[in-house]
Amino acid sequence: MTEPSQHSRTFVVLVDDKPGVLDRVASLFRRRAYNIESLAVGRTDKPGVSHITVVMNADARTARLVEANLYKLVNVLDVQDLSNVPSVTRDLALIKVQAGHDKRAEDLQIEEVFRARIVDVSPNALIFEITGTEDKIDSLVDVLRPFGIVGLARTGRVSMVRATSEAVPSLEGVG
Amino acid sequence: MAKRRTGAQIIWDALEQQGVEHVFGYPGGAILPAYDALLDSRIHHVLVRHEQGAAHMADGYARASGGVGVAIATSGPGATNLVTGIATARLDSSPLVCITGQVPSKVIGTDAFQETDITGVTLPITKHNFLVTKTEDIAPTIRRAFHIASEGRPGPVLIDITKDAQQNEIDYEPDDSPIELPGRFRTGPLNPDDVERAVEILASAKRPLILAGRGIMMSSAGSRVLDLVEKTRIPVATTLLGIGGFPATHPLNMGMMGMHGEAWVNQAIQNADVLLALGMRFDDRVVGDPKKYATGALKIHLDIDPSEINKIIQVDVALVGDLSSSLDTLTPKLEIQDLSPWHHFIKDLKGDSAVRDIQALPDSGHLYAAHVINDLWRLTEGKALVATDVGQHQMWEAQYYKHDHPRKLITSGGLGTMGFALPAAMGAKVACPDEEVWVVVGDGGFQMTAAELSTCKQENLKVNIAIINNGYLGMVRQWQEFFYDKRYAATPMQNPDFVKLAEAHGLHGIRVEKRSEIEAAVGAARAEEGTVVIDFKVEREDTVYPMVAPGSTIETMIRRPTDTLVKTEKS
Ligand SMILES: Cc1ncc(C[n+]2csc(CCOP(=O)(O)OP(=O)(O)O)c2C)c(N)n1
Ligand SMILES: [Mg+2]
Repeated sequence: MTEPSQHSRTFVVLVDDKPGVLDRVASLFRRRAYNIESLAVGRTDKPGVSHITVVMNADARTARLVEANLYKLVNVLDVQDLSNVPSVTRDLALIKVQAGHDKRAEDLQIEEVFRARIVDVSPNALIFEITGTEDKIDSLVDVLRPFGIVGLARTGRVSMVRATSEAVPSLEGVG
Repeated sequence: MAKRRTGAQIIWDALEQQGVEHVFGYPGGAILPAYDALLDSRIHHVLVRHEQGAAHMADGYARASGGVGVAIATSGPGATNLVTGIATARLDSSPLVCITGQVPSKVIGTDAFQETDITGVTLPITKHNFLVTKTEDIAPTIRRAFHIASEGRPGPVLIDITKDAQQNEIDYEPDDSPIELPGRFRTGPLNPDDVERAVEILASAKRPLILAGRGIMMSSAGSRVLDLVEKTRIPVATTLLGIGGFPATHPLNMGMMGMHGEAWVNQAIQNADVLLALGMRFDDRVVGDPKKYATGALKIHLDIDPSEINKIIQVDVALVGDLSSSLDTLTPKLEIQDLSPWHHFIKDLKGDSAVRDIQALPDSGHLYAAHVINDLWRLTEGKALVATDVGQHQMWEAQYYKHDHPRKLITSGGLGTMGFALPAAMGAKVACPDEEVWVVVGDGGFQMTAAELSTCKQENLKVNIAIINNGYLGMVRQWQEFFYDKRYAATPMQNPDFVKLAEAHGLHGIRVEKRSEIEAAVGAARAEEGTVVIDFKVEREDTVYPMVAPGSTIETMIRRPTDTLVKTEKS
């Protein structure tokens, strides 16, 4: 347990898909003074089960407490701390930029390079859709900024353990 | 065979199915259907005078009996009045099921009359809560609620039931299939490596101590802890809520640790090389400054709640599980060294504690709370069940009433809720009618829930109430004395005549002003059939010693001066 440094940790929490469950999870983070960086919620393949991805800044000890506290919520079915397991993380953003006809060629080039998609076009503006890691989205935002960003919406990170690995239950023992 | 039943009837059916015999509550519009059906139930309902009283009574009932306590209230103000009692139960892990009425499901969210989002309000202070809007969900929810309240680390559960769910009729058939809580973290068998490590650490321990907490009560592990101590001769210190988990008069019980623990107990902890924590959570009142807490000790933590491990104090081995079964695994494996040098060391630490003890000091005509409690302990042969409130009297009770058995001290430890003692004692008395029940309460806290005296009368409940009347919010005054330059802001209290107050309720009241009067008063109270109030007019500006200033290291304690006792003007 000698991991003094704080860093971003991602938890995947499977919960009952019932009214108020997100409230319970969020309330836990609030009242234990854990600071959420990003939170994304959605359905899973299983009826009645929702998938929450929570990103927070924490050291190993706090992470373990978060996990243990999450398990105490009756509606929590499973918790995975993805810090030490191979996983895939994606973020989706919609970015609206000012762009007259003179800029269109450049826009198309950016779209190509970033594998983004232009999903809406109007005479003065475009909307880019991009899926990827946070870094990738951040750099697209940087590149688009000179054009004049007029709107930005991000989903927050969504994560999943890679198919080849199993998250290790980390509540056993306290070495 | 299914029967036509209304939701209201099903509530009582389901409670009966859980073995409930008593509930504590207060009616109102949104819970009226349930109250109507109450008349046809076997369950006895205690009508309280304030819903806070209902929650505390249910809590006292649970703490005394080891079962689940049940409180009932209406929507809106009825439900919010439960909140203090629920929060109290939560911090002390007491299993409660609170049932509240809610406005009809059609009008939820419209700010209807007496609509409060009580599941929202109680979300952070319940172990879990439910909003039930369908009649068919009532019985399964009540079953789940009892299961959740009592499994693992117990706690309060609230069920909010809409009025229409109570009114509608369905075909009802009781279900008693076992309850599954999918995904709940289960404590399996202990990890053998961890057990091995704990055994090793204890085998080389020269100065080990046991820290005994409320988990001993919750897990009914008292006899196992006794076996452990008899086998190993490891001395024991208890938390406030651990009192009674190990016999107070056992030679290896050092007493209470922490803010108002014995100085030498805290010093022993600071000198220990191994701490074996049993069902306790290293609360700040116990630990003081966590960075300087028992820095030389390896720590082994037995607790049922994994989220308590390494929360305040980093430990070396954690054995997560039910304390009784963990001890069943651990105790037989232990081989402990001869601890007599450590026992002698502790004896020396005790030093002059005995002469600083107020019991050794003459009262010279004044009445001291510590004398009252000590005499009460002697006169009741240490056998009473005592519920205490919060303040100086609570600490004096913990120091001077020596409880030898579990579940005999009921006190609000975690939340420190004034007003708890009287209703909690009443709940305890309902649960255990054969117990001699005493309330030790301050003049301040007594007035917070004194209205329940009329519940005592109506229910013919016999409790003996010792008001430790110092005319002050004494514990706050003490902090002002030490830390705010004796500026007594809002702590002196002008009180009613408590003897007349008792009499106004048709109860017996006694006033005691001298130590010589204690014995007769206690005798008279015990002989009386109904509830008795004794107004002990104690020294006004007496102080609880020793004391660890909040946040300090626990061995730096403020001690009682050896020469004098406080003597203030009688009010
Ligand atoms: C509901 C509530 N309000 C305020 C406090 C803060 N508080 C702690 S002890 C205390 C004084 C209690 O006075 P009293 O009941 O007379 O007992 P004493 O300390 O004098 O024995 C107060 C106000 C509390 N614990 N609970
Ligand atoms: Mg007082």
